[in-house]
Amino acid sequence: MVPLTWYLVLAAGLFCIGVFGALARKNAVGVLMGVELMLNAVNINLVAFWRHTAVSGMTGQLFAIFVITVAAAEAAVGLALFIAIYRQRRTVNVEEIDTMKG
Amino acid sequence: MQPVIFALLALITLGAAIMVVTTRNLLRAALWLILAFFGIAGIFILLNAEFLAVAQILIYVGAIATLIIFAIMLTHNVMDPTQPRFDEQWGVVGGFAALLFVALAAIVTRVAWPVAAGEVPADAIQRLGAHAPRTPEHKEWFH
Amino acid sequence: MHETSVAVPAIFNLVPILPFLPLAAFVLIVLWANRDKKLSAGLAIGGVGLSWVLGWAVAFTTFGIEGFGEPVRMFRDWLPTGRTWQAFGFAVDPLAAAMLIMVPFVCFLIFVYSVGYMGVGKPESDHDERGAPAEPGHVDRLASRFFAYIALFATGMIGLILADNLIMLLIFWEIMGLCSYLLIGFWFARKYDDPKQITPKEAGLKAFLTTRIGDTVMLAGIFLLYAQTQSLSFADIFKPETLERLATTTVNLPLIGATPWATLIGILIFCGAIGKSAQFPLHVWLPDAMEGPTPVSALIHAATMVSAGVYLAIRTFPLMQAVPHGPAMQFMAFIGAFTALFAATIAVAQNDIKRVLAYSTISQLGYMFAALGIGAYVAATFHLLTHAFFKALLFLGSGSVIHGMEHGHHAGMGQQVLGIRYSDTGDQYPIPNTHAFDPQDMRNMGGLFRRMPRTAWTFIIGGLALSGFPIVTAGFWSKDEILSDAFNGHTVVFITLALAALLTAFYTARQIVMTFFGAPRTAAAEHASEHDSIFAWMTVPLMALAVFAVAGGWVGIPREFPVLGALSTNPFHHYIEGLAEALEIHVEELPFNSVPLLTSLVVALGGLTLGWLVYRKFGVGAGLAPAHEGDREGSPLQIPDPLARPLGGLYTVLRNKYYFDEIYHAVFIRPVQRLATWLYRVDDLWVIDPLVDGVGKLWRGISEVGQWLDTHIVDGAVNGLAAVIGWCGGFVRVIQTGKAQNYLLVGLVTVSVLLGAFLLLPK
Repeated sequence: MVPLTWYLVLAAGLFCIGVFGALARKNAVGVLMGVELMLNAVNINLVAFWRHTAVSGMTGQLFAIFVITVAAAEAAVGLALFIAIYRQRRTVNVEEIDTMKG
Repeated sequence: MQPVIFALLALITLGAAIMVVTTRNLLRAALWLILAFFGIAGIFILLNAEFLAVAQILIYVGAIATLIIFAIMLTHNVMDPTQPRFDEQWGVVGGFAALLFVALAAIVTRVAWPVAAGEVPADAIQRLGAHAPRTPEHKEWFH
Repeated sequence: MHETSVAVPAIFNLVPILPFLPLAAFVLIVLWANRDKKLSAGLAIGGVGLSWVLGWAVAFTTFGIEGFGEPVRMFRDWLPTGRTWQAFGFAVDPLAAAMLIMVPFVCFLIFVYSVGYMGVGKPESDHDERGAPAEPGHVDRLASRFFAYIALFATGMIGLILADNLIMLLIFWEIMGLCSYLLIGFWFARKYDDPKQITPKEAGLKAFLTTRIGDTVMLAGIFLLYAQTQSLSFADIFKPETLERLATTTVNLPLIGATPWATLIGILIFCGAIGKSAQFPLHVWLPDAMEGPTPVSALIHAATMVSAGVYLAIRTFPLMQAVPHGPAMQFMAFIGAFTALFAATIAVAQNDIKRVLAYSTISQLGYMFAALGIGAYVAATFHLLTHAFFKALLFLGSGSVIHGMEHGHHAGMGQQVLGIRYSDTGDQYPIPNTHAFDPQDMRNMGGLFRRMPRTAWTFIIGGLALSGFPIVTAGFWSKDEILSDAFNGHTVVFITLALAALLTAFYTARQIVMTFFGAPRTAAAEHASEHDSIFAWMTVPLMALAVFAVAGGWVGIPREFPVLGALSTNPFHHYIEGLAEALEIHVEELPFNSVPLLTSLVVALGGLTLGWLVYRKFGVGAGLAPAHEGDREGSPLQIPDPLARPLGGLYTVLRNKYYFDEIYHAVFIRPVQRLATWLYRVDDLWVIDPLVDGVGKLWRGISEVGQWLDTHIVDGAVNGLAAVIGWCGGFVRVIQTGKAQNYLLVGLVTVSVLLGAFLLLPK
């Protein structure tokens, strides 16, 4: 069996790639894809811990299902927001969406 | 055998993920994302979480990736291909993301995780359903 | 299903939808009907009308149940809180049913009245501003919004009276607080020439913040109650053994010492009622709330919302009474009696027709709290109901008077316009000179009786009920009951309340005389009329309320009252007794005593007569002042009040409401503003901004050095260094970029650095 640590390192790598995508991409959809990668990395962690430490309880898988659910909702809402922003401002470049600017 | 499969899947997943965040063409990035999702589904199977693997493909590939592709198409022609694909802070982000990876990897390899070997119960999916949160058994709205 | 001793009729299943009918109207208006003002008004009236019909059906069903007392509860577990559940539910008991008779009905009438008041059906004026009162003869531009708000308000009040637990009560309580804020500030664009005069926007804020003080304290009480009983359901809290435990276990308070939990919690919850019902010392918001449209004043600030405070006190009365005649009740009696007298004295010296009524409301609510404080549970409930009817009547009547005056001002104004304004379409409109004229000032009125007979008759009926005119009016019976309860061993409260009743009759007579009798003192009063079509909508609810202002008291005639008592079975007392028994509250019909009866006769008739005598000559012979004269020579505003000379300085104090607004301004508002200014300076001028600027300057200096190095010494090799310095300079500069990714980067850097430190630093 593959050791737990391998999975964790894989998840860490995936997470950091996701972070890079979320923070460095200019296009809002690209940012969202980065976030999806981060969520998936978390899922790998959850399932790996379930398999290697508490295989009889189902908590790890259950939380992974929660994450998937939230990710789906988040994608739907986020993309709807992008379309709304696009229709109003003709852009999905996150650098131009800076109404929070102080 | 398993380590080999794992290495292969990890390679696919990480490679696809890197392509997702670096490809200039967003549509292609989305296709890479789908590949990454498949890789993760493979990891789940490797972890004996078949149900999750199926859910992963159904929801991520079937729904979220499709949504993303739709959004890309609906906001078509927004990004000027001559413009940079990254924002101005990408260098810093890259550096710190790498630093974060190193730190995380260092931590997860050092900690002595309470690993307990065990077999996946046969009725794993029934248990999953039994553990799922739900409202208590009230038949009527008011009583 | 809760176990009740009686079979529960099927109609109770409709109770949970009662609050949601107006809510449906609100949602429909907001989402769909807001362009059509007539449709919006229809929806709101339809929603609350259905609630009214169903509410009466439920209430009358309960009257038919012999021995009805235990609440009929309908609930469903809703929020898990550890081991217990918070329920989402409603309950009907005699108290709720009695309120169901009053609340939806009064709401319905006020909604109908609002159709006329907001001018629904009239054309929209092109040059009315959004959020300012419409000119006479035009519809308010935001009338749909108004109906949406009042429908939401009705949801709050109906839900509050039916709430089965404190959480539900709090939810609806806050809905009403929100509606109050929105409705007081409904004319948010209105501004006055006098910068000291409070604008509707400020008044709304003031009301919201002032009541919030009480609400916060109340919330603390609710938390403590939950911590002690693990439940907020009335059924659980009011179990005798729970109350017993709360009354016997004590908590050590600093300075005060051992206090029973029931006393502490009771006082804290009562503080919420102080805020909501505008009792001393949180009374300051209610008079200013009169900046809202008059139907709002009637709906929220007389008939229903302020009653919510009293209702809360009645609801939680078992808790207050857990320690019989303990500090909680004494506190309540003191606040109530004091407020009753205190507000009545202020009302004597006010000239704004609505402000007089506002202070009288505060005073009457004080009456109810005083009654509760001395244990007169039934009398307080009774007065709450009768007061709602006649106070709604008085407010609506005053709104009718104000509209009549505005119409008269319009008609009597002739050519007195300030100029011509052009609309977008090029039409010309005269700009009326409305600034100098206050249609709410009673000194500008006089002689309206012949000009607005329907308004005058109903207003006088309401006024008589308020002052407790003997035998025929509802106010007499409820006030008399409170006085006789007070006479039975609470002499100080009795004397205070009797004095307040005297003053009430006095200022009511003053108001009626100044408004309706004598000769008109301005052209506006001379030309006032109620012939416009809007008055049809407005006077019918007045008449309906007038009937209740008289007949509403007949259900509570004591059995031992001379002559009339023989005809009465005192059904109200009997009905509420059922609940009191269920809650183990001790109530009894007291033996008849002629002293309080004589007292209430003397104070009511004496006050009315005194008011009549003092004010019947007011402004006689001053002649008719032109409407636009304002404060100038010959204006009725120059006529001295007959009380001003005999009372001297005291009159000025009363006129200025004991300077409470000024004191609060000096003690609370100004220090907070100063603190805010000081913090602003700390932030902007002294510490943080200079720091940021300094860092910025520092980095700029370093950058310049780098640039110098770059250009002058090593060109190619230093490029990287210059770029790093540029980034760092950028860090300081871009802290407030507004770009989400920059902010997230801060998180990434923080986490990375912390993790690195965790790994590298020695343990």
